[in-house]
Formats: sequence, C-alpha cells, structure tokens
Amino acid sequence: MFLLPVSFSINADYFFLQFTIPIDNGDSVKNAEADSQRTLYPYVTGTSIVAIKYKDGVLMASDMGGSYGSTLRYKNIERMKAIGKHSLLGASGEISDFQEILRYLDELVLNDNMWDDGNSLGPKEVHNYLTRVMYNRRNKFNPLWNTLVLGGVKNGESYLGMVSMIGVSFEDNHVATGFGNHLARPILRDEWHADLSFEDGVKLLEKCMRVLLYRDRSAINKLQIAKITEEGVTVSQPYSLKTFWEFKAFNNPTAGAEGSW
Amino acid sequence: MTQSGVDVPPKGGFSFDLCKRNDMLIQKGLKAPSFLKTGTTIVGLIFKDGVILGADTRATEGPIVADKNCEKIHYMAPNIYCCGAGTAADTEAVTDMVSSQLRLHRYQTGRDSRVITALTLLKKHLFSYQGHVSAALVLGGVDITGPHLHTIYPHGSTDTLPFATMGSGSLAAMSVFEAKYKEGLTRDEGIKLVAEAICSGIFNDLGSGSNVDICVITKGHKEYLRNYMEPNPRTYVSSKGYSFTKKTEVLRTKITPLMERVEITEVGEAMEE
Repeated sequence: MFLLPVSFSINADYFFLQFTIPIDNGDSVKNAEADSQRTLYPYVTGTSIVAIKYKDGVLMASDMGGSYGSTLRYKNIERMKAIGKHSLLGASGEISDFQEILRYLDELVLNDNMWDDGNSLGPKEVHNYLTRVMYNRRNKFNPLWNTLVLGGVKNGESYLGMVSMIGVSFEDNHVATGFGNHLARPILRDEWHADLSFEDGVKLLEKCMRVLLYRDRSAINKLQIAKITEEGVTVSQPYSLKTFWEFKAFNNPTAGAEGSW
Repeated sequence: MTQSGVDVPPKGGFSFDLCKRNDMLIQKGLKAPSFLKTGTTIVGLIFKDGVILGADTRATEGPIVADKNCEKIHYMAPNIYCCGAGTAADTEAVTDMVSSQLRLHRYQTGRDSRVITALTLLKKHLFSYQGHVSAALVLGGVDITGPHLHTIYPHGSTDTLPFATMGSGSLAAMSVFEAKYKEGLTRDEGIKLVAEAICSGIFNDLGSGSNVDICVITKGHKEYLRNYMEPNPRTYVSSKGYSFTKKTEVLRTKITPLMERVEITEVGEAMEE
C-alpha cells in the first residue's frame, strides 16, 4: 500500500497535502458495482409449493403464478422441473434464481452423464449439492432467494427434502414452502399417513392448494401436480380447482350490522 | 398547614403527564415492560341453531408461558360472548367495559342485548384509540334477529362472517375451517370442527397451547364448556407422590403454648356490612 498525494492546498496559515488511501482489493469503482450485484430483494416471486410422499413415490403441487411485487405478472411459470432421471425440483421465491439453479444442475447432470459409468445422480445427492450451494451463497451475503423442494425415487426408496435460502435443509414425509408453512402444514400433519394411494394423495394436495388459493393473495387458480415414481417424472397439464362462494352469510353480510363488511 | 390553592377536580380523559418522563427514560436506555399478550387461537362459527366460539388457553409474555389455563372467552351478555386476542389487559378491559355498558342499556330498554350493539360499542372505542388498544376480538351471539358472528380488529374495522379466526394461530385454524366448513352444521359437528381448529392452532402455533375452551350459544340458551378438551395433560406423574427416604432426626422438643400470652379485648364496633 502506498500513499498518493492528491491535492495541495495553500492557505494563509499553513500548507498541507491531502492523501487518499486506495482500497486493498481493487479500485473503489469496482466495489460499488459488486454491491449492486448481490441479491438484496426478490423481484419476480413464486408462491408456495406443497409436496408429500405417497405409496409409489412423491407428489408435488404448485401454482403457475409469478408475482412482481403485488402485480400478478406471469401466469404460465412452471415452478417444478425434472432433474436427471430420479429427481423433481420445485422452487418458491425469486424465479431468476430458480433458473440459475436449473443451469447449475444441468451442468451437474451433464458432467455426471459424461462419466458414462452407469451411475446416475439420485435425489439425496442432488439435495446435498443444493444445500451446499445455498449455504455457500448465504455465507457470501449473496443468497439465491429460493426455498427449494427436492423429491425423488431411486432404487425403490422415495426421498423428499427441502432447502431454504439460508441453507437450512431437512427431509420429511411432507413439506410446504412460503404460505404453505402456515396453511398447508396443519392439514398435512393431521391427514398424512404412510402409503397413500395416488388418488388420495392428489386429493390431499388439492385440499391444501384450495386453502392456499382462498387465503394467499399471491396464489392463482392454475396449478400443476407432478408425480415422481421409479419410472420417472410426469408433470400434469395445468388445471384449476373448484371453489365455493355460496355461503349465505356472504350474500348480505351487513344486513344486521350497518357499517361493517 | 394550609393548601396553597383550591383543589381543582381532575378533568376526565387520559392524563399525558407521564409521557415526557417515559420518553426520557426510554432514551436513556430503560426497556419498557413488555405486555402480557395472549399469543392465541380464537375461532367462531355459525351452525344451524346458533354460534359456537372456541379459544385456546395459553397466555404468553414474550417467550414464556405466563398463564397455562387462562380464560379467553369473555362474557358480554347472557346471549353474547366475545373471544379476545392481543394484549390480555386490553381484551379484558374492553370487554368488561362494553359488558357493563350493555347491562345498563338492558335496564334502560327492558330488552335483550343485540350483537350489533356490542359490535358498535366495541368498534367505536377501538377506533377512537387508533389501534393502540391492541384487542382483536371474535364476537358472537344469538339475539332476536338471529345468530351473528363478527370479527373486530384493533383499529376498529369489523367483518361479518360465517366462520372466523383471529390470533397468531389464526392461519392454522383457518386452514381447518376452509377445508371442512359447511353450512347447516349440527351442534355436535360444529363443536367437533371448532375443537379441531383450536387443536390445529395449539399444535402448529407456538403462541397457542394447553386446553380448548368452547362456548355454544343458541336461542335462549348458552353453554360455556370450560376446558372442553385437554390435549396436553401432564404425563409421568407418580400416583404415590414423592416419599422421602430418611426421616429427619428430632434432636430437641420445646413447646411454648401461646394462648396464655394473648389478651383479647372487645373494642369498637363490628365492621358494617
């Protein structure tokens, strides 16, 4: 480190030099740019994901909305993608970070395929990789603003796990992200049991998604359900849920109470 | 010693004299005492013949459970009850106040109280305090016009709903209601659904816990089921109790009878009733 004399200032009383001390790791210009490249807030976000283990594997549900703050900007975002042959990744949170994660995983799967050794990445391995990536980014104060749900089946064993944006990771029989934590988890804790059939699993997921549709402001009525079994991943076509609004009390709510609603 | 001035009778309303001193203390670093909040799950639903209200029984002071078995369903009138969430003092005070106002009103009009009367009195009070009275209420009752269920927020807005939940456990309870509520529930179905919603709050929300209180109000009749369900009993309690293995050794015994030293004299009049 050396001192650069920058300016002289001649004053009636005294004569002095001003110095600037250059920053250790580069010029100050680069530092300001580095700041603006950290993720500070999420911009385009996806809402909750709900997933459960069932008899043949894992079922995952998500809606197809991408909100830009309080505007529903995108209504056709697929927030669940297949990873390799054995896993299914669902993400809530910043959509661009989700796309970045898909690129990382693409590279990972590609490199794994190039070994051509008959092995393929299972859900446990992908989950571990994602945990490391998320935790590492959080340590650098530049998180990938997502909560990821990783489900898969390999060699007959189903696996369902979750990683949050700060690197908290765990596996469980049923998981939910975002608002699903508060609205879907109570239902799942009560009504999930081992060896659900496919129809029962879908019914349970639809029950949770319906409550989320009623009570989460960023949810839309266009959802997909994805299934992963030993055979592979299938993501359903988008469809919508039936909702019920015909309660008598909704008809004329202020009939007895003027001024309320 | 004479008074230096005439005693002015105190004017009504809030006295702001201590506010400056409190501000100064907070600036100097004193932490204001925290409120006793009822962390809470409260619910109400309308069934075929009336209204069912439910509440958990845990009162928290920050991270500590201050009261394991408090009562959150407050009496307003013989046909109206109110569950309260938020700051415990605020819910108690505001429901007590409106309850006595309703009683005086009943004496004056000679009629049973109506739920919208309680609603209007509560919302006027809460609005005038601009949200500083932190009371979130679920008000339910059956009057001459039928069963009513309302929610009242701390800032004074109200909703009229077929089923309602408030408090920190409101999302957990609401998920149960949204999934399972139907119109025209019978009394038993309604009680079962309310208990299920409160249990959902108790087990999935950290601010709620302990037991389930239920209040069923129908035309001309009310049932307050205190501790209807106790899903968190104390386990591992030995029925024999604890027995000390060794008896304490008695070294010396000295008995001083006190009756001889006490003199009882009858002085003054008995206290008036």
